[in-house]
Amino acid sequence: MALHRLSFRLRQTVAQVRPLHGSGCGQQQEAVGMELETRPETLSIFRTQENDPACQSEQHLGQYYTVPPSHFHTVFPHGLPPRYQQQVKTFNEGCVMVRQPALELISHLKRADYSKPTMRYLLYGVKGSGKTMSLCHTVHYCSTQGWLVLHIPDAHLWVKNCKELLPSSYHASRFDQPIQASNWLRNFRTTNEHFLSKIKLRQRYVWTKRESTEEGRPLGELVDMGVSRVKSSSDVVGAVLKELRLQAGGTEGGFRLAVAVDGVNGLWGRTTLKKEDKSPVAPEELTLVHNLRKMINNDWCGGAVIATLSQTGSLYAPSSAYLPQELLGEEGFDSMDPFVPVPVSLYSEKEFESCYLYYLDRHWLQHPHSRTEEGKKELIFLSNRNPSVLERLCAFL
Amino acid sequence: MNRLSGEEWQGGHYLSVPLSSHTHTNAHLQRHTRTHTHTHTHTFTLSRVVPSVAALMTWLHSAAFTRRLARSIAYLFPSGLFDNKAKPLMKHPDEVFPKQRAVQWGADGRPFHFLFYTGKQSYYSLMHDTFTKALAVEKHQDRLRGKGLFTQDAKQISLVGSRWLLKEELEELLVETISDHDYARFIQLMERLLSLPYCSAEEDFVQRYRRQLEIQSSKQQVQPLQYDQHGVAYSTGDGRRKTATGTVLLRDSGSGSISINGTNYVHYFPVLQDREQLMFPLHFMGVLGRFDMQCSVSGGGHSSQAGALRLAISRAMLSFLSEGQVETMRQAGLLTPDPRIKERKKPGQEGARRKFTWKKR
Repeated sequence: MALHRLSFRLRQTVAQVRPLHGSGCGQQQEAVGMELETRPETLSIFRTQENDPACQSEQHLGQYYTVPPSHFHTVFPHGLPPRYQQQVKTFNEGCVMVRQPALELISHLKRADYSKPTMRYLLYGVKGSGKTMSLCHTVHYCSTQGWLVLHIPDAHLWVKNCKELLPSSYHASRFDQPIQASNWLRNFRTTNEHFLSKIKLRQRYVWTKRESTEEGRPLGELVDMGVSRVKSSSDVVGAVLKELRLQAGGTEGGFRLAVAVDGVNGLWGRTTLKKEDKSPVAPEELTLVHNLRKMINNDWCGGAVIATLSQTGSLYAPSSAYLPQELLGEEGFDSMDPFVPVPVSLYSEKEFESCYLYYLDRHWLQHPHSRTEEGKKELIFLSNRNPSVLERLCAFL
Repeated sequence: MNRLSGEEWQGGHYLSVPLSSHTHTNAHLQRHTRTHTHTHTHTFTLSRVVPSVAALMTWLHSAAFTRRLARSIAYLFPSGLFDNKAKPLMKHPDEVFPKQRAVQWGADGRPFHFLFYTGKQSYYSLMHDTFTKALAVEKHQDRLRGKGLFTQDAKQISLVGSRWLLKEELEELLVETISDHDYARFIQLMERLLSLPYCSAEEDFVQRYRRQLEIQSSKQQVQPLQYDQHGVAYSTGDGRRKTATGTVLLRDSGSGSISINGTNYVHYFPVLQDREQLMFPLHFMGVLGRFDMQCSVSGGGHSSQAGALRLAISRAMLSFLSEGQVETMRQAGLLTPDPRIKERKKPGQEGARRKFTWKKR
């Protein structure tokens, strides 16, 4: 009896707090009602039931939406920040906050004209403000819309800590990175399974005297070959990128291509890799970097390039640098120009409140003092509303 | 050659007086501590001690020596030898020499005090006096009870803001050494006296053995608040810790933003401990989101810079707080500058405390 009355009251508050949204997502309302009947505790200010990034709008700002578990392993095999991955494992659910930069990006993507050369979007902000998470949110949107997503988790991983550098067979002065390339191809295959059989190659690729991939074969075959034949995996990556570039804006069987690069400033800096004669390797001399740069150029159409600047993994950049000019350098800025800059700021008051309630809800904040107003003020002070600092702070509370 | 006689040698110097009160041989002929004069001119003739220094003596009286002497005196004593300020400062003899007792017995050898043979006559006489007074108070109380005028709420002696004499101070007062046990018994007896309701009759006696405590917080200098052109109150403070110095400008009605040397405090102090140090004064007084701060800090490492800023913030906050809050801050230790500095390395050791590895052979 009491439960019935409770759910009735809750339904009323639902109607007040969130007005009806557009017709496309209207059926969510009924689902919400059903859910409320069964689990009244799912109603909370910081969560939204709108799990589709396409339907999210300003009214959902600051609220957490859950990424369906089925999407998790396909869309994000390698893109999420490591601490967030740990959090997902702990909380048994992947919740992403809807924030202004991601919504802005998604609105740009919705309105863009895909017959024109690609638009480039650059997310920048201070360390820990949520650039990678916004990128992942946008990638989720792209994959739910059926785009082909090319997600490079961290470009810095390709310019440092490489144990094996093979001289490229295709181009004499370049270097191959077989391990990184094969890893990336494997993850690419996981993300875009359904595209691999649909896209056909338009060119014949010769790998060795005995091996070649014919024209018209599905892309999946190429990718499989790259994963199994580690030695030529970098060249396979180059071939894949080229094919996708050519076919992205095509009218017949055309798909939209999203190139999401995290830490794009790594492509134009210096590397820590050395050749055998101890001279430093320039980024252009790496096959992967070279091909990726061609991808970021806006000489193709039918997609978008979304990039993030990152100081954390960057080489030879001061820790206080976060603006595009500082991190990209002259060369990088000229290559990226023109782009749409999207600043990512620290949590606003509402967003902080939301994050705090989420942690409370997940019983992450165990300390009794953290539930008080005083404790909340302390958290605000100590983290200055910086998302990553707050997360690290709450990790031991 | 004439040898110096003993008396001439001693003229003007401090006499070596035996301190023990039990030397019988010469003590009964001498009084204790004679007053010393401040003369620093003493006749000192070298030639009496060292015979063949005639040549030196001639030089000592020559013109060249006189000139050199005059120049040295002008250098060492710029205000001249006979200026009041150039007199060597000496402590009063009472400060230098501990008080000793005058002779305890008369010409016939019989001691004056009846408790002389206890060995601690002043202490035991004090105990006797106190107990006598306690008995007198009890007798007075019994008389009042007999008359029916006894009330529990008689005027009590106020003990707030004073403390008992320390053992060293008591020893100084009694001019004899007492043990810890004796001191404890004395305090016990005084407490017993104070427990009687009508002890206010002996207030003077009790207060003689108590010392006033200084009120620490009245030493704190609080700067008045300043107002800038928009009417916003602000105040400054500076603090030091271990070679780091910091200054803080605290502005009221802010949002809790802090900038240190132009950068955000989260970037300047990536370590949580330093930010907690900054938070402590504000959190303690419960004004976390109220102030805006502009800090500048230099010197030291990150920990000492955080400590310096914490002191500076506490001092700047004083202008915004009331007296009672200032006292609580002082008691919390927020206003005390941390005196610890790096200890000096000593020779023969590897560090300040660490010794070199000890090899048995």
